[in-house]
Amino acid sequence: MTTILDPTDERVPVHRELTPRPVEITGKVALLDISKPRGSVLLDRLEARLAERMPGVLLQRYKKPTFAKPAPEPLRQEILRDNDFVIEALAD
Amino acid sequence: MEMCTPFLLTDLDGEDQHFPGERPALLCFVKEDCPTCREVMPLLAALQAKLAATMDLRIIGQTREGNHTLAQTHGVSVLDDSALKVAFAYSVETVPTVYVTDAQGRLQSTLVGFVRDEWLELVRELLGEAACEALLDWSKLPAWRPGCGSLSVDPAHAERLQAEAENSPLRARRIEVASQDDEFEFMFDQGFSDGLPLVPPTPERVLRMLAGTARDAQDVIAVMPPNMAEVTVEKIAVNAVMAGCRPEYLPVVIAAVEAVCTDEFNVHGMMATTMGASPVMVVNGPIRERLGMNMKLGALGQGNRANATMGRALRLVIRNMGGAKPGGTERSTLGNPMKFTMCFAEWEERSPWSALHVERGFQPEDSVVSIFTMTSGPTLIVDQDSRSASQLAGSFGMSLESAFHPKAHFATEVLLVICPEHVDTLTRDGFDKADIRARIQEVTARPIRDLVADERSAVGFKQAQAQQMDEAALSRLLPKFKNDEDIHIVVAGSDAGKFSGAFHGWATGEIGSMPVSKKIEEV
Repeated sequence: MTTILDPTDERVPVHRELTPRPVEITGKVALLDISKPRGSVLLDRLEARLAERMPGVLLQRYKKPTFAKPAPEPLRQEILRDNDFVIEALAD
Repeated sequence: MEMCTPFLLTDLDGEDQHFPGERPALLCFVKEDCPTCREVMPLLAALQAKLAATMDLRIIGQTREGNHTLAQTHGVSVLDDSALKVAFAYSVETVPTVYVTDAQGRLQSTLVGFVRDEWLELVRELLGEAACEALLDWSKLPAWRPGCGSLSVDPAHAERLQAEAENSPLRARRIEVASQDDEFEFMFDQGFSDGLPLVPPTPERVLRMLAGTARDAQDVIAVMPPNMAEVTVEKIAVNAVMAGCRPEYLPVVIAAVEAVCTDEFNVHGMMATTMGASPVMVVNGPIRERLGMNMKLGALGQGNRANATMGRALRLVIRNMGGAKPGGTERSTLGNPMKFTMCFAEWEERSPWSALHVERGFQPEDSVVSIFTMTSGPTLIVDQDSRSASQLAGSFGMSLESAFHPKAHFATEVLLVICPEHVDTLTRDGFDKADIRARIQEVTARPIRDLVADERSAVGFKQAQAQQMDEAALSRLLPKFKNDEDIHIVVAGSDAGKFSGAFHGWATGEIGSMPVSKKIEEV
C-alpha cells in the first residue's frame, strides 16, 4: 500500500442549481457586453428585437472592461441590484 | 514533573498494554541486535520477575522478529513497537533507554545506555540493598557500555515517522493507493497529471521537499483562481514532488506561484483564453548557479532538471490547485508545448547589459523569478548574415512583425532571447537594450494606411475607422509595439550559432496580463 498526499484543493465543487426560469419576461433586462470584438453587434440586434417584442421591458446595457478578466465585483453587484434578467453576449 | 506520553501497545500474545497503568513503571526501550541491550537483558528479565507484584516493567522492542527472540531467550514479556511510534514519541535516540515513572505516568528519572552504578542505585532504591545484591552477579556486568542508535532515528524510518506523527507539518488529505493498484496509473486516473508520469507525492517525499524552505508548511502563499484555492506551501511542495523537483527548487516555485496569483498577471485569463497562453519563467540572480539551471546550450529546451521541473511544478499547481484543466476552464484552441513547462535562466555573465531583474527594479545579487504570459515561442530568428548591429536589430524587428499577425500593431509584447553571437554583433557597434528596442520599433513602423483591413486580410484597423481619418492620419507611422518596454530582452544560449528567439505575448497590459517579478526567498 502506498500513501500519497492529495495535490488538489480538496474541495468538491458545489453543485449549483439553476435559478428557476420565469414564464414571462417583465421588469428590467441587463445586456452585458464582455468587450470582445463584435459582441456589441449581437447585443445591438438583440436590443432592437427585444424592444420591438417587449415594449414594457426596460433594457439596460453594461460592458466589462476587458474580456480577459472576470467582471469586476462592483459591476456584478450593479447588474444584480438593478435587473431581473441578464443576457451576456460572448464573442467574435 | 514531566508527564510521559500515554500509549497503547500489544504484547507478543496480542494483549493490549496501556501506559500509564495503575502502578509505577519502568519503560525500557531495547533493540534485539544491540549488544548493550543483550547485555542488559538478564538484568531486565530478573527485575521484571522480581517487580511483577509492584511495578510494570515494560520491555519495548523495535523489530517484530527481534522481539520474539528477546522473549524466548530471556523469558520476558516484550511489547511490540515495531512501528516505532512510541520510540519516536519519546524521542528515544539510544537503546537501551529507560524511563522511570510513577503510577500517574510522571517521569522520575531516565537512564541512557548502560552505566552500572546508575543501575545499582536505581535497583537499590526499588528493591532495597539486600535484594539488589541478590538479584544477579553485578560484577559480570560491564561498568559502562554505550548504547546503539534507536531505529526511530534511523534515516530509513525517521522521515516516515515524522510524516505520520501527530505534530507532522503535513495536513493534506492522505490517499491510500491499494497494493494491487499501480500508483502511476492511479495518478493519471485521478486527473493529477499533465499527461506525463508523476513522481508519487508520498508523505516522506513531501517532507523532504519542505526542507527546501524555511516557511511554515501551512503558510498560504496565494489564492488561485478559478477555484479560488488557498495555496499553501505544503500543496506547492506536493505538486513540486510530482513534477520531479529537488527540495532546493521549492523557493523558486513558491515565488512563481505568488507571482502568477496577482491581479496584474491574471492567471485565470491566461489559462482560460482560447489563444493558448502559457507562463514563461525566467530566473535571474545567484540561485541560477546554485540550482544548476541551464542558461547556455539548449537553454530553452529539454535536458536540465531544474529548468524542466520548476516550470512543470508551476503548471501542476495551476492545474491541481487552481483547477484549470483543458476542457474545463482551460479553453485553448490549439494549446502549446510550453503548457508542460517553460522555465530558463538568463546568462547574465554573457550579457553586456543590465540583467532582466535589474531592469525590473531588483539588485543584481537578488535571486528573482519573472513570469510572462506568452502564446507562442520560442520562434527562431535566423540571421547568420548581418554584421552590423543596425542590420541585426532590424532583422529582429522584421521577425517580430509576425507576433499575433503582421498587421496587428500595438497588440502584444514579446520576450526576445538574444544568443551570444548576436550579442557580440550588437555590442561591437555599442548597441544597448534601448538601441535594440528603438531599432525594432523603427523597422516595424508602418503607415496606418498599410494596417487597414483589406482584401488580403481583415486584421487591423477597420475600414470604417480608416474612412474617418484624413491623409495625414493615414500616413502616420505606427511601430509594432505600443511601448518600447513591451520588448523584453534577455541573453541565453550557446556560444555558437547566430539564432536568437522570441516568445510572442498575449493581451498585454491591464486588459490582459502583465509580467510579474518576485524575489526568491532562500532558506
